[in-house]
Amino acid sequence: MWDYTDDVKKHFLEPRHAGQIDHPDMDATVGNITCGDALRLMAKLDEQHRIVDAKFQTFGCASAIASSDVLIDLILGKTVDEAAVVTNQDIANALGGLPDAKMHCSVMGVEALRKAIAEWRGEPFDLDDHGHVVCQCFGVTDTLIEKVLREEKLRTVDEVTHYTKAGGGCGACHGKIRQIISAVWGAPAETPAKPAAAGAMTNLQRMQKVQEVIETEIRPVLQNDGGDLELIDIDGTTVKVAFRGSCAWCRARDFTLDGTIGAKLRELVDPDITVEDVSETLA
Amino acid sequence: MSEIIYLDNNATTAVAPEVREAMMPYLTELYGNPSSVHRFGGQVETAVDRARQQVAELIGCEPDEIIFTACGTESDNAAIRSALATEPDKCHLVTTRVEHPAVRNLCHDITHGGPFRSGYRLTELGVDSQGMLDLQEVGNALSPDTAVVSVMWANNETGVIYPVEAIGAMCRENGILFHTDAVQAVGKVPFALRDLPIDMLSVSGHKLHAPKGVGALYVRRGVRFEPLLKGGHQERNRRAGTEAVANIVAFGAAAELAKKNIALEKTQVARLRDKLEAGLLASCPNAIRNGTAESRLPNTANISFEYIEGESILLMLDEYGICASSGSACTTGSLEPSHVLRAMGVPYTAAHGSIRFSLSVFTTEAEVEKVLEVTPPIIKRLRELSPFGRD
Repeated sequence: MWDYTDDVKKHFLEPRHAGQIDHPDMDATVGNITCGDALRLMAKLDEQHRIVDAKFQTFGCASAIASSDVLIDLILGKTVDEAAVVTNQDIANALGGLPDAKMHCSVMGVEALRKAIAEWRGEPFDLDDHGHVVCQCFGVTDTLIEKVLREEKLRTVDEVTHYTKAGGGCGACHGKIRQIISAVWGAPAETPAKPAAAGAMTNLQRMQKVQEVIETEIRPVLQNDGGDLELIDIDGTTVKVAFRGSCAWCRARDFTLDGTIGAKLRELVDPDITVEDVSETLA
Repeated sequence: MSEIIYLDNNATTAVAPEVREAMMPYLTELYGNPSSVHRFGGQVETAVDRARQQVAELIGCEPDEIIFTACGTESDNAAIRSALATEPDKCHLVTTRVEHPAVRNLCHDITHGGPFRSGYRLTELGVDSQGMLDLQEVGNALSPDTAVVSVMWANNETGVIYPVEAIGAMCRENGILFHTDAVQAVGKVPFALRDLPIDMLSVSGHKLHAPKGVGALYVRRGVRFEPLLKGGHQERNRRAGTEAVANIVAFGAAAELAKKNIALEKTQVARLRDKLEAGLLASCPNAIRNGTAESRLPNTANISFEYIEGESILLMLDEYGICASSGSACTTGSLEPSHVLRAMGVPYTAAHGSIRFSLSVFTTEAEVEKVLEVTPPIIKRLRELSPFGRD
């Protein structure tokens, strides 16, 4: 059981601002049902752009609901400009703190607020979303990770997961998250050792290495998600694979092919490698 | 808080009063070591032997086929590690995607890094949307280098019962060791191992009203065994370490109680479970049963309430003293919902809102009625809070 504060329990069991507003001036939704939490924030403004009424609808755990409710406590009666400076830490503080692994609930609250304000102002919401999706499991972009990373001064993959959920699923993006951390803070990236002079590899060595990387780095990740991969053939630098299990009908299959498998093989074996999906031709 | 309504018996169970009574002397005056030569220790050894007999009677085997362990997880580890140690020329393991972490993570650990690094291959069998295995797929997975097949008897989350007899027979035909994690089945489903093609079977005490900290591994006579814990000669050289006598005695008493009560599982427990399940499915819109109703434990109901999140449901039930569990991401300790429901292809809209109610012979009609009364308003309330679900 999570160690929730009494304030979290209070806002969860008796939220004061749950509901909907007819014809709201601001209305934004963040998150989605697949990820396990989502928040819709609605608000009414007066002529001075003061938030006179606000409601939320939240799908999620106790801390997600409590964060939504307390967010509205924090913004009610404020002007849009005043509300815009509310941070996720303000939400967590107002709840007497949140468990580390639940900090993403407070981040969701503040993202909904920022999105609502940006849309109301007619500005592009900076996370909506020109970034590149890093975490496929939860659809978290590099833009969001970098933003939260800077704001919260996060230094480890675990912390990034607690605040953004990125990396909390299959774990395939941990390397990319580490790269973002080191790009922001300038720390040396913890990357696996690169193979020595790739060009010096014989065909046989390359084949062995490809097999090893597929077995050790790629299949376990796919299997974790109910999928699998079969190595069909290696022809020079062309690696032919077939998807199995849930990968075979996965929408992200093309991304997995080049973005995950190709990238991994190029990184660890030979920069010239290309990967071909031959699932269909075999079927 | 109001009185507890405990419907989380697949997680753990209450220690039965007669079980507690049976173990008390071994926590007080009878503190001897069963290995000692003196009579003071000897009488303790007799108590351990008696417990072994009681557990053997529950699962229909000989007492010398029972090894007492610390828990179900230890039994699983001992069984699978022993299979690999005694079959050094084989390098393949077969299990399912819906195993308890005790088997699943162990198999992942053994095969970590794949054949190149670990020397072992793992096949994890999938299940269909009802949580069932395809026997033909099991057969296809077996190969000459398969050392061990481990398939759970009954799933802890859905209660789905797997065809262990048929799978065991296929393994036997192919000279492959078969292990089953029967932690959820023992005491709920009657069986006699002497009639079954099962080589090793794991049991846990605290799932059948014994205290936590004791389990057993059945190893069929004639199956070679390599101990996990090495040291002294306890458990006929199969599990070193001074016996947890009080826990073992309690386990024996619990086994005897389970044998006495097992007929109630199919009648009383199943009836209350069916009443609870049918009532919730009828009174809550967009509620779905997870797992087949054809082949499952009598005590388990796993229901998904679509468009809402499991932890919220649990915490609201908790306000009424009702204890259940969920496969939602927020309660699994990870950010992903239950691996069992995902393996069954349960959509995320439903997996996040899954609740498991697991009953016991101590569950009463009044408790079930209380749950039926308070749950629908909770579901309705959370749906009102959710941006997705409308009743």
